Amino acid sequence: MIKQYKPLKTDICFFIPMEIHVYYDRENKEKTIELAGNSLVKNLLDKMKINPVTVIVSKDDTVVTEDEKLNDKDNIRLISVISGG
Amino acid sequence: MKCCIEKPIIELPAGEKLCKKHFINYFEDKVFKTITKFGLIEKQENLGVAISGGKDSLTLLYILNKLSKRNPKIKIEAIAIDEGIKNYRDESLITAKEFCNKHNIKLNIYSFKEEFGMPLDNMLKILDVKPCTICGIFRRYLLNKKSKELRLTKLATGHNLDDECQSIMMNQFKNNIQASARLGPKVGVKINKNFVQRIKPLYLCMEKEVATYAFVNNLLDEFAECPNVSKSYRAQVRDMMNGFEQKFPGTKYSIVNSFLHVLPGLKQRFKDEAVNYCMNCGEPASRDKCNACKFADKLNKAKDKALVKIKQ
Repeated sequence: MIKQYKPLKTDICFFIPMEIHVYYDRENKEKTIELAGNSLVKNLLDKMKINPVTVIVSKDDTVVTEDEKLNDKDNIRLISVISGG
Repeated sequence: MKCCIEKPIIELPAGEKLCKKHFINYFEDKVFKTITKFGLIEKQENLGVAISGGKDSLTLLYILNKLSKRNPKIKIEAIAIDEGIKNYRDESLITAKEFCNKHNIKLNIYSFKEEFGMPLDNMLKILDVKPCTICGIFRRYLLNKKSKELRLTKLATGHNLDDECQSIMMNQFKNNIQASARLGPKVGVKINKNFVQRIKPLYLCMEKEVATYAFVNNLLDEFAECPNVSKSYRAQVRDMMNGFEQKFPGTKYSIVNSFLHVLPGLKQRFKDEAVNYCMNCGEPASRDKCNACKFADKLNKAKDKALVKIKQ
């Protein structure tokens, strides 16, 4: 029986960092965030210390969830849902 | 758990992940069920919708406009208050005007400058008060007064689950149970012809759900925050609740749901409290003068003092 391949944490893809271009509308700033390979939107929000309850995440103009996988050079827009007074 | 093979755009607190199509259905269904469950809108209404040009009020107007098209006996028109907050309200009112023009909805705009003599920005320069206190009092006063003049049967506001949750917690922290009795999807403790009944059709919709609905329906592209809000007590409670929601998903629903169980008892407890009428303007008041007239007096005194200083 052929054993199914499961990526290990020591695999090379985990060591190749990715650069994600992020625009956060609340700060009106564009940033480049470096993340480990195979990172998800949730890892990006963690790194930026942003509570996922307070933002909508848009990737290529499509709303995505926290489980969305990120790729190198992705353009991400974070839209703050906190508005009004 | 995914709803279908389409890519999900949102994860609900219970863990369900919905695609765009199923989320829109879920959201609209929830609003219509809220309206039915709490008897918010009758078969025939002359309904006012309080709008600011933000995501909550435009989402509400968009959905109620759909309802009105299905039920021609439910007529709607929008009311907006221009408080006079530079680089915030002026911009959101442009959005509100464009939205109403596009959807052919009548929009009535009233301003603090016309009604109270100056915009909020100037009031804050001469009065030592918290911005949200004076803004909220004047805004509610104008909304009620103008709704009566427009002969509206009800006034719908864009308050969502997060807003309600914050109000419940703020009233608990400040031991203000009487204020909690006035909360709920139908505002107030009893029907009073001097108050136009305020209703909250987005009562069970979380802020993130409302924003996602507004975004995927292209109602708004970005959501501005009032420059004064960071100074408020509410903003601190909001941040605390968002922290809890992240750690324990469903916290906000639990707070509002448990509150709904005790709300009928609270309304019963305070329903016999006497309502006075302001000796100055005739609007409902807790004492002999309403809060709006009290602040208007303070404002006039502060204005006179400021004029004296300039002359000196």
